[in-house]
Amino acid sequence: MATTRMLEGLGRFYIALLLGFLYLPIIIMAAMSFNASPFYQLPFEWTTDWYASLWQNDQLIAATWNSIEIAVITTLISTVLGSMASLALYRYEFRGKKVLQALLFPPIAIPWLITGTAMLIFFFGVGIGRGLVAILLGHVALALPYVIVVVSARLQTFAPELEEAARSLGANQWQVTMRVTLPWIMPGVIAGGLFAFAVSFDQFVVSYFLSTPGQTTLPVEIYAAIRKGFTPEINAVSTIIIVVSMALMLLTARFFKFGGEK
Amino acid sequence: MAGVQVANVSRSFGAHKALDDVSIDFADGGFYALLGPSGSGKTTLLRQIAGFDFPDSGRIAIGGESVERVPVEKRRIGMVFQNYALFPNMSVADNIAFGLSVRGEPKATIATEVQRALDLVQLGKLGGRKPHQLSGGQRQRVALARAIVTKPRVLLLDEPLGALDKALRVDMQIELKRIQREIGITTIFVTHDQEEALTMSDRIGILRDGRLVQEGPPEEIYDRPQSEFAATFLGDANIFRGDATGSGIKLPDGTTIAASTGASVPAGAKASCAVRPERIRIATGAAKPDPANANMLTGQVSKRIFAGNNSTYFVDRDGQALKVIVQNTGAERLAEGQPVVLSWSPDSTVLIAAA
Repeated sequence: MATTRMLEGLGRFYIALLLGFLYLPIIIMAAMSFNASPFYQLPFEWTTDWYASLWQNDQLIAATWNSIEIAVITTLISTVLGSMASLALYRYEFRGKKVLQALLFPPIAIPWLITGTAMLIFFFGVGIGRGLVAILLGHVALALPYVIVVVSARLQTFAPELEEAARSLGANQWQVTMRVTLPWIMPGVIAGGLFAFAVSFDQFVVSYFLSTPGQTTLPVEIYAAIRKGFTPEINAVSTIIIVVSMALMLLTARFFKFGGEK
Repeated sequence: MAGVQVANVSRSFGAHKALDDVSIDFADGGFYALLGPSGSGKTTLLRQIAGFDFPDSGRIAIGGESVERVPVEKRRIGMVFQNYALFPNMSVADNIAFGLSVRGEPKATIATEVQRALDLVQLGKLGGRKPHQLSGGQRQRVALARAIVTKPRVLLLDEPLGALDKALRVDMQIELKRIQREIGITTIFVTHDQEEALTMSDRIGILRDGRLVQEGPPEEIYDRPQSEFAATFLGDANIFRGDATGSGIKLPDGTTIAASTGASVPAGAKASCAVRPERIRIATGAAKPDPANANMLTGQVSKRIFAGNNSTYFVDRDGQALKVIVQNTGAERLAEGQPVVLSWSPDSTVLIAAA
């Protein structure tokens, strides 16, 4: 009995340690975005000045909108293309299918630094150059394998008889996909979309290579700002992003029951 | 409604001949069982008729119209799958409505038809449930309702009762038969369960290694099997092999067995005889000639299995184990090791030409 209780206590301590390790830096950062001192001096003095001055920082705001825009478009394109690719890989047998599937994984493993360099050279070679279009294309290419892997994993649990049953009832290919297959793989599609959004929104390395001073994304802009001198404005913008993205994740998780069927 | 004609259909997967020149006529309104062991090609044949797969050669017609190159969604068939394949994201009513809805039927018509189908399978009040809230038998009924609500020309069933337990299976057999009679639809039913095939169907087709072995009414196949395989696959049979004599066969040890049904085999050719275990009489004491049961052999009881209403005796005759089923009439039971005389009528003996 005593050992059980001790183990239980140890377990709770471990979880507390883990959560602290994960969330403490974020909490401190969020707290500092409301602290008057730009040098993290205590005692804590409440202010919303940093949020107000953030509002005046046109560069940071422009970069934020760029990031959101690119992440949303990347998510849409790569989720649609990736889901279609997964369906094709699931349904059809064709020459070179195995090779194609194997080729999906290296981009995930290749360091972004190398991918970024390669993209920069390539985009200059074909005349696209740097800028938001180049960043968008790069992000779609980075996100696509994630979507395909996640959606394909979900498709593995799909019973092929369901498509056959739908066809036997007179449904054409489009009706089968929209009314039977897609509803089943939807949690995978949503998860793939979240991955794509995260890959794009978090992306620093590739974006850094492909951005120009006027056309940049938030992580690159934050990096540039830190190099010039750290201001709690960065804490403020980071806090806003964390709150929004956590709310988004929690909503999705709740809505699509990622924790499993109840 | 329509009949189905399958003529000279062959289908190979790589080097494997899944169907080898199969021809069967399924008459309008009949209930057919395709029976065979796994790998016999029965499911492949069903999938050719459904249109999930196309034959390499041969012709398939539904209601006189050639369909061998028509995809499944245009064939107007209804199919019930082994695992029911109900759409998990839809309610029972939406599952049944699916076929009507993809055809663009008006909502009011769909609602009426769905309710009628639910009533037909006696699930009137369960339309709002999700498939995972139903029992196995109920899912089966939903799958059936979904398949027939579009008024298909043919109903195809792929081992539909395989996933149910024994008691439920018997209920569903009766139910399936009732519904089939009520709507009079041509039904083709794939099974590996010989009892199911015997009790449910008007005709049975037995398949083996992609070939049709024998086809006909259950009584005919049971009473006059044309091959050792048909004899032993549909029911139990004792098989004797020897040389044809013109009126039966002569076993290697010289014993003759008279057969008055089955194939005609020229004297001297290899042939076999099949006898059902329940047709053999078993007796103790001296062998007394009996014109009604002219075939007679002696042996020793090696094992008795008591099954309540009957007993199965295994009788050893020079190393061959013969099976005899005796109804429980209260008569004296035979002990293991006891010498016995087996006798049966030539009318119960089927002559089979060697393959």
